[in-house]
Amino acid sequence: MKEIDESKLILIDSNGIRTDGRRWNELRPLRIRVGILDRAEGSALVEMGKTKALATVYGPKEMFPKHMANPDRAILRAAYRMATFSVEERKKPQPSRRELELSKVIKEALEPAIMLHYYPRTVIEVYILILQADGGTRTAAINAASLALADAGIPMKGLVTAVAAGRVGDQVVLDLNDVEDKYGDADLPVAMIPATGEITLLQMDGTMSSDMFERALKLAIEGINIIYERQRDALKRRFLELKEKILGGEFYASRD
Amino acid sequence: MLPEIKRSILSSLEKSTMYSLLKDGKRIDGRNFYDIRSIKILPSIIEKAEGSALVYLGNTKVLAGVKVSLARPFEDMPNQGLFVTGAELTPVASPAFELGPPSYFSIELARVVDRAIRSSEMIDLEKLVIIPGEIVWMINIDIYPLDDDGNLIDASMLAVIAALMTTEIPKAEITDLEKGKVNVIKDEKRPLPLVDLPISFTFAKIGDYILLDPSSTEENIMQNRLTIAINNKGEICSIQKGEGGGFKFNEVIIAKNIAIEKVNEVRKLVVNQLAKNPRGPNAWEYI
Repeated sequence: MKEIDESKLILIDSNGIRTDGRRWNELRPLRIRVGILDRAEGSALVEMGKTKALATVYGPKEMFPKHMANPDRAILRAAYRMATFSVEERKKPQPSRRELELSKVIKEALEPAIMLHYYPRTVIEVYILILQADGGTRTAAINAASLALADAGIPMKGLVTAVAAGRVGDQVVLDLNDVEDKYGDADLPVAMIPATGEITLLQMDGTMSSDMFERALKLAIEGINIIYERQRDALKRRFLELKEKILGGEFYASRD
Repeated sequence: MLPEIKRSILSSLEKSTMYSLLKDGKRIDGRNFYDIRSIKILPSIIEKAEGSALVYLGNTKVLAGVKVSLARPFEDMPNQGLFVTGAELTPVASPAFELGPPSYFSIELARVVDRAIRSSEMIDLEKLVIIPGEIVWMINIDIYPLDDDGNLIDASMLAVIAALMTTEIPKAEITDLEKGKVNVIKDEKRPLPLVDLPISFTFAKIGDYILLDPSSTEENIMQNRLTIAINNKGEICSIQKGEGGGFKFNEVIIAKNIAIEKVNEVRKLVVNQLAKNPRGPNAWEYI
């Protein structure tokens, strides 16, 4: 319904301030909650600005159909879906090609961090629901999913942390919002296992010079290191709460 | 064939404990037979939706969102706006839900909620007409259960009425009546015209006992369930019997009477929570 006149759009003003008041190297406000759902074995909600991603994890559990099981490692399944009301124009509930591609790259971003060989013939399932989309949903999804995996007690080499960098004119920017994603010149989402330094998701659309790409990738990694600290804090908070519950006698074995 | 919902398997120990508690008039979570779990409503939680609410019914959590768009009315109802209700049961809420085509239960859930809204005439559809026979507002209601600890029907019903109560529709200016063109002014909004507030009550039958607001443990061993929705006038505005077993006449009457007895209390609670609870994006702090 709302049309944006591209010619009048100023993504970075003369003082270097972006549409939401940030500077080029600033992240959006980040809010992380781990273990907010009861039925799921692991869950996390990550908000990056207005983007909200909810992730849940089940498993490791028996693989069906059985012939799909891998005899020497667990299989990771990931599904990324957007709520119909997460975007300006209502999205149809059926998964789009975009949602299926993102499911695949998110799975492949998480896979290298998980000790899949600990659980042969099983499946670990990750479901991500985007409650609100305002740019950077795949990076918020990965941040939430890796926390949900940790919350479910799945052994990992480390958390997976993600953020996008990009280009607006001749300026690199960190953590693109929706307007910058749509009307900016390049979008470079990056996921990394900070504990090992491995980059596990790397995509780009738009164009960047060789030099600018290097700067953008460095900027994304700087952002990742900040988010990683916040993820660890959120996870620690979750387990401290759990410890208090156990010591307080509130804890009882779950139903399933 | 659409997929059916899988149920968890309960141990016979848990089952027999539940039955012996029921004999003493108690439920496994300590409630009496006709007690509803605590209700918490966080309104307007999705900024990009025209209306939304996250509802807790005990540990069950349901998010409902409303999107409005312009549409052509049905040929036979040129003077009425439209509304459509959908439910997405994703594995986020329960390992029993699978991705893929909608299950029978997700369709039943959406239709039961839809019927209560339609029969109670909750939304004043005539006020959603912009050009009769040409352009009307269409209200899309989508239900996303986030955590299934039983009784998704009542939790969804609460989430939907709360989301509708927070819904605002933009102003539509007619720019060309002949060609049926309108200009939508997003910054000028008015509340969605509502004239009723239906509340649903779902009962589970376990053995010879009728329980209001079943938890997922109770749903695992229930023989059947009955949903009764009541409108503002205290009339019954929707009924749905579900699952394989049957109800006796007396049991239906008991359920109906309990629903009518409880409706004002629940409706008052919804209105109060919508008035006083934190709303908007910051309400996520209260999850």
